[in-house]
Amino acid sequence: MTSTKVELAHRASANAAALYRGRAWWVDRVAQGVVFLGGLSAIVFILSIFIFVAKEGLGFMVADLNIKEFLTSPEWRPTEDSPTYGILALMAGTASVTGLAMLIAVPFSLGAAIYIGEFATGKTREVLKVLVELLAAIPSVVWGFIGLSIMNPLIMELFDVPVGLNVLNAGVILGLMAAPIMTTIAEDALKAVPDSYREAAEALGATRWQVIFKVVLPSAKKGLVAAILLGVGRGFGETMAVLMATGHAINLPTSPFDSVCAMTATIAAELGETAQGSPHYQVLFAIGISLFLITFVINMAADVFVRGGLGMRSKKA
Amino acid sequence: MSSFQTTDLNQSNRRKESLVRILLGMVTLTLIIPVGIILVTLIAKSEGTFSWAFFSEFPRNSMTEGGIFPALVGTLWLVAVALLASVPFGVAAAIYLSEYAEDTALTRAINLAIINLAGVPSIVHALFGVGAFVLFFEFGTSILAASLTMAVMTLPVVIVATRESLQAVPQPFREACWNMGATRWQTIWRIVLPNSISGILTGVILEVSRTVGETAPIMFTGAALFLPFLPTSVYDQTMAMSLHLYVISTQVPDVPEGLPYGVALTLIAIVMILNSVSIGFRTYLRGKKKW
Repeated sequence: MTSTKVELAHRASANAAALYRGRAWWVDRVAQGVVFLGGLSAIVFILSIFIFVAKEGLGFMVADLNIKEFLTSPEWRPTEDSPTYGILALMAGTASVTGLAMLIAVPFSLGAAIYIGEFATGKTREVLKVLVELLAAIPSVVWGFIGLSIMNPLIMELFDVPVGLNVLNAGVILGLMAAPIMTTIAEDALKAVPDSYREAAEALGATRWQVIFKVVLPSAKKGLVAAILLGVGRGFGETMAVLMATGHAINLPTSPFDSVCAMTATIAAELGETAQGSPHYQVLFAIGISLFLITFVINMAADVFVRGGLGMRSKKA
Repeated sequence: MSSFQTTDLNQSNRRKESLVRILLGMVTLTLIIPVGIILVTLIAKSEGTFSWAFFSEFPRNSMTEGGIFPALVGTLWLVAVALLASVPFGVAAAIYLSEYAEDTALTRAINLAIINLAGVPSIVHALFGVGAFVLFFEFGTSILAASLTMAVMTLPVVIVATRESLQAVPQPFREACWNMGATRWQTIWRIVLPNSISGILTGVILEVSRTVGETAPIMFTGAALFLPFLPTSVYDQTMAMSLHLYVISTQVPDVPEGLPYGVALTLIAIVMILNSVSIGFRTYLRGKKKW
């Protein structure tokens, strides 16, 4: 809400009404305090996520962490007698799957957003928007099951490979998962471009495609970048689908048909088998902290593109 | 006056435009059609799985036979407790952001926190749940710990939906009320909330749908692979639909093919119905609105 002078005057009258300190005044004070605490809770929760996850992983990070090995060794052997904790293979797994997913999701979601936002009209548009919203609602464990039970045999048959749970499988699944969300955000970005821009271009004789390509897309650039970034963040953080569809094998992938293991999936697969407080348990929390920091940076970057950063309210164009 | 003559340039532009239109239309369909095919496959493969017993019986014979009753009940528990925890916080935060907050550094920090709460990977929320609720607050692996984990995770859904519907209430409504001598809170309670309650409800339904499908956050905080009894309090563990699908499709040998398909389809059906209700409700409200 922008504070105009008129509004300030209105607020002043509300505050003046509260000058008489009766029951209503006290209720008003208390209510303001309560909702303020509610607002603060978001900050408290995000800080406590960082603190609690860091706390569980701290022992390892302080005592045993060899940063160089952690980041550059592909040897993830946490259960052996002399364990090695290198997450390079896990990072490569996450990166390869997310990368492939974005190769699929970016063109399709941008294309779909342009179609829904700029070409489709009336009922078609409403139906498509609802369908995309419904697609985004399918739970990740169901996507994982689809990768396991439908994509797996399909890939084995189509490409004549022994295992269908690999980068390709998880990448396609993740692409299908991320695309609807990216479509929605990208379409919002297109919608934020004022109609007067389109009308001006059309008045100059531009075709629909020229209007979109030369006027709408350049003006919506930031919002579109944000949509892609949020898709990347989602791919990075996805757990169940990636756990079930990648084949979950430690591997530096060299082809789309290699099975891999993602950072998120490793935590999900191994946390249940570790003793609380053991180095293996702690290193999983250390991976969690890395994931937290990476997605934090991605989300901040997306926010900078959408609203100029630092949680500013969106400016109406 | 001679009629407008189409030039070559004009015609080629028009051809180009319809080509682009068809191409983008096909791109949009390629997003939707695979999901259609997947749904049909799920329905075909789960044929014969559904019966009254599927919904009303416990799993038998190491989960290779029987139904999903305890998982359904468990998911209800988890959703109910998560809602009880997150709706008050979420609505309060939204009221603060929409009705009280000025554009200060603190408000920006709150907005950033909400964005990041929504963006943190679900497995990191799970680690938080283990560290905070299971260990630090000593709730153990229980419905309480699992639900609180999911409540924190879905908080942004409630906040964003509520804030939107609060801001959809026209400013003159508030001003009229203030000028009658009402306090801020009287205005919010008597004018703003009654006019936005249905929008808040659609947000809550979306949150339910999200909570039903989440798996990673409950794996280590309170959901069990198999339990032969129903939970009786929030300190018990429970089975859940989403985890049940993961377990019978990856951890249990010799599950008949139709069973996991049936569970997957049930899960999709629940989520789709909830989302459709939410969308339908929203469309109905938009049509009804007088301002």
